[in-house]
Amino acid sequence: MAVLNVNPTRMELRRLKARLKTAVRGHKLLKDKSDEMIRRFLIYIKENRSLRLEVEKELSLALKNFMLARAVSSDAVIEEAIAYPSVSAELETSTANVMSVNVPTFKASESTSKDLYPYSFASVTSELDFSISTLSSLLTKMLRLAEIEKTCNMLADEIEKNKRRVNALEYVMIPQLEDTIKFITMKLDENERSSTIRLMKVKSMIENRDGQETT
Amino acid sequence: MLNRIAVVGDKDSVLAFKAIGLDVFNVSSETEAKDTIKNLAKDYKVIFITDKLAQTLEHMLVKYKSRPYPVIVPIPSAEGSNGFGMQGIKRDIEKAIGSDILFKEED
Repeated sequence: MAVLNVNPTRMELRRLKARLKTAVRGHKLLKDKSDEMIRRFLIYIKENRSLRLEVEKELSLALKNFMLARAVSSDAVIEEAIAYPSVSAELETSTANVMSVNVPTFKASESTSKDLYPYSFASVTSELDFSISTLSSLLTKMLRLAEIEKTCNMLADEIEKNKRRVNALEYVMIPQLEDTIKFITMKLDENERSSTIRLMKVKSMIENRDGQETT
Repeated sequence: MLNRIAVVGDKDSVLAFKAIGLDVFNVSSETEAKDTIKNLAKDYKVIFITDKLAQTLEHMLVKYKSRPYPVIVPIPSAEGSNGFGMQGIKRDIEKAIGSDILFKEED
């Protein structure tokens, strides 16, 4: 039994009761928050996983094609071909609020150029075309993956923190308050009883004395 | 405000991304990668990094995990994926739920 170091007075008792009420309410709210966060987390993590599988597969393929293209043509040709890309990838970033966790969101701005390939088709092989077209179509998926993965990271962090708070309330704070309240109540009752007994004792003593004086 | 996207990794893996308009930084050593990422984290919001490199720099990337930006995402390198990205997902699940109850049977 863990009792806080407080004076067993009525005022303290009142204060502790108020604290206990707050703690119980807070515990319930935090627990609900934890439940909802885990529910959302599960939705995100499932999407995260399938998206990652997809991106990794397609990206590996695209990079392999790129390697092939590099093997066929000389390094200088490839580097010259892509030295000045005709498109530029830019994005607007902001934060969204998921269960009071600030997570990133992106909005990719459309590239204005109509032509994806910055080189002439005569100089390089078709593997390069293929890998670049896959890569550029993959970019939106990669950005979505970035967004979701970060969301999952941060949610997992927050869930862990929240769990600690819930446990601290449930297993430390609330029992401590309850024990202390019990301790103070018992102490006060004890005081009351002892003062009653004292009064009775004094009364009987007075009665005894008065009886002796009259005889 | 518009932001560019950065890709960090060995030359074979990242050169392709240049063609689609990302900013490419090729690094050859671990210390070089460390410095590059430290600098990039100030300006770029999204950084893709090859998973091989991410694995060696794991302890460093951890500190970027708890804030919204920059987002640092491992991607497979030219040699294919080494499973580091998947490990990250698994770790998240374990952190949040306590054990990997979701995808255990599929792996």
